[in-house]
Amino acid sequence: MAVLANIKPKFWDHSDVELGPYKHLVNFRKLWKLTVVLTLAVALIPLLIITLVDYRVGQTAIESEILLRTTRLVSNTRRSVSFFLAEHRAALDFVVLDNTFESLILPGRVDQVLQNLKNGFGGFVDVGVINDAGIQVAYSGPYDLQGKKYQNADWFKKVAASGVYLSDVFMGYRNTPHMVIAAKHDLPEGGFYVLRATLDTARFNDLLSGLAVGGQGDAFVINQQGTLQTPSRYRGKVLDQIDLPIPSFSERSQVEISKGLDHSRLVIGYAYIPETQFVLMIVKECQRLMAPWKQSRLRLLSFLIISVFAIVFVVLGGITYLVNQIYLADQRRLFAYHKIEYANKMASIGRLSAGVAHEINNPLAIINEKAGLIKDLFMYKADYANDPKLIGLINSVISSVERCAGITRRLLNFSRNSDMKLKSVDLKQTICDVLGFMGKETEYRSIRVNVTVSDKVPTFESDLGLLQEIFLNLITNAFTAMEDGGLFEITADVEDSEWIAIRFADDGYGIPEGDLERVFEPFFSTKLGKGGTGLGLSITYGLVRELGGRIGVESTVGRGTTFTVRLPLVPPQKSMKAAKRNPSIQQTIIKPSNIGEHNS
Amino acid sequence: MKTILVDDEMEFVSALAERLALRGIDADWVIHPEEAISKVQEQCYDLAVLDVKMPKLDGIALKDRLQKVCPQMRFIFLTGHGSREAFEAGQCAAGADCYLLKPLNLGELLSKIQEMGMKKKLEDDSE
Repeated sequence: MAVLANIKPKFWDHSDVELGPYKHLVNFRKLWKLTVVLTLAVALIPLLIITLVDYRVGQTAIESEILLRTTRLVSNTRRSVSFFLAEHRAALDFVVLDNTFESLILPGRVDQVLQNLKNGFGGFVDVGVINDAGIQVAYSGPYDLQGKKYQNADWFKKVAASGVYLSDVFMGYRNTPHMVIAAKHDLPEGGFYVLRATLDTARFNDLLSGLAVGGQGDAFVINQQGTLQTPSRYRGKVLDQIDLPIPSFSERSQVEISKGLDHSRLVIGYAYIPETQFVLMIVKECQRLMAPWKQSRLRLLSFLIISVFAIVFVVLGGITYLVNQIYLADQRRLFAYHKIEYANKMASIGRLSAGVAHEINNPLAIINEKAGLIKDLFMYKADYANDPKLIGLINSVISSVERCAGITRRLLNFSRNSDMKLKSVDLKQTICDVLGFMGKETEYRSIRVNVTVSDKVPTFESDLGLLQEIFLNLITNAFTAMEDGGLFEITADVEDSEWIAIRFADDGYGIPEGDLERVFEPFFSTKLGKGGTGLGLSITYGLVRELGGRIGVESTVGRGTTFTVRLPLVPPQKSMKAAKRNPSIQQTIIKPSNIGEHNS
Repeated sequence: MKTILVDDEMEFVSALAERLALRGIDADWVIHPEEAISKVQEQCYDLAVLDVKMPKLDGIALKDRLQKVCPQMRFIFLTGHGSREAFEAGQCAAGADCYLLKPLNLGELLSKIQEMGMKKKLEDDSE
């Protein structure tokens, strides 16, 4: 919280309530929020959209590439598998064309043929010749199958019917995967025979297992019932049922993305091998294939997060700084307006007091003369001259007139001393004159006032009007902070033979330590809501500075406050000259009160 | 000392004239500056006590007019709107012999009149 309090800009807790007619033009907190939101929206939304679009485009491109590559792989593999099967079938065809039925059934001939096939193509396990009665009339291979009858075997019926037969893979007697390929050949004299061969599928398997299938890929062949015809890396061994749906028939190679049983995304490429019951399948895991792209996506995301943080930091910092500057400028503008208003008010008070004093002086003069005349007449007549009561009454009227005249002269003096003019000042007299304005308040509130001006304090050159204003502000301020019956002391003495220190000490409420350094700031007031504008002490501060002096404050809550004004015995000529050349707003505005000098 | 009092406040000027008369100083009084000029044209006075602020013609302008008629006249200004410093800086430059503030301290006025009477006597003797 302490960190937050330190970085919180000045305008954040600013209240406009008590600033009178010259309020701030804008709500700074609202301005800050609006600017931050708009700037962040303008900066971040395009960035996020571009990132999202780039993400989607990248993902689509990678997926398209994966599908394309899988399609190519499926097509090529399909051709290889087809070629393998066609090649072995063509080998049997060649045997038939190269031999007559009679020569094939000669003893030792099929052994020779099998040996040639093994040498030329490989993968052949045995070869047999079956006549149209279904009897194997010649056989070469590891088993004793000579004379075996196949007339009721399904495969014999199929090959007799369709001319060609390719079996599913089966395990055989040695428990190794095999498949049977058989071809029917018609004899010229009528009838037919079948050349049957058993193929070891090891080469078939090698063909598929040798494929470089990325993304934890798997290439295998199934029959149309979903039984594995070749071993699969991840989906079981030969003759197992695969855990994927059997793809629908298509003459062309197909690739699609679907979900596996574990809901992982799979790229499935498949192709039906022509003229067989086999389906080639290549299965890849999307997650593995997309891994490189995901890495670049992570970098993109990191860049995005860093960018967002940088933008937010710069926007918050920049806008806070700018709004704070606007706020401070507006504060200065407000202070200037208030100062003008204050100066105008002072000028108006001056003119008003001068007018009132003059208007009152004339009837007072009449009362004075009439009372004087009455007294004169009484004095010249013995009857009245010896009546002390009558003479006392007249003297009372005359002394009251004199008292009123004193008040009006003080008012006139105050209104006349508002312009910047250096003159010899009697400090004690000036303090007493100002206190004279507060005479009734001190009386009504029973405030005890002590004024102690050291004899060492000489008359000195200063501006009487400014001094009166400074003293009046400080005395008024002190009285506001005091309880009735309090003690207010003004002491003045010489310091360092060049300065006069005047202390205004009250025994009022005091100022909290945290507020002490802010009491001279414009618009700072603890009386906000109770009529204070927060300008009195800041204006006083400015006036003291104009006189080349300094002002300080000490306070203890509950014990009182002491303001100390230090004024130079010799006014700073430079500042005075400068003040004359470039009179402040205050001096310029108050000038009209001088009109009285020419109007008697 | 032949004296004329000029002030637009009749109550004030008449009472003042009467008080002076009780003290042996005969003073004519008028409330309009034009009347004062007429009277001075009829006969020269030794002293004119003028209010500074009067309608139509203020005390300073009236002094100039009267002085043209009677150059040897002396003047005392009365003002209800001033301080010593202000008057010294302003109106006294117009050639007044002295000024007094309203409400008037009669003792001050009498001493000024006596002072001027003595000066006049000295001047007359020297002539």
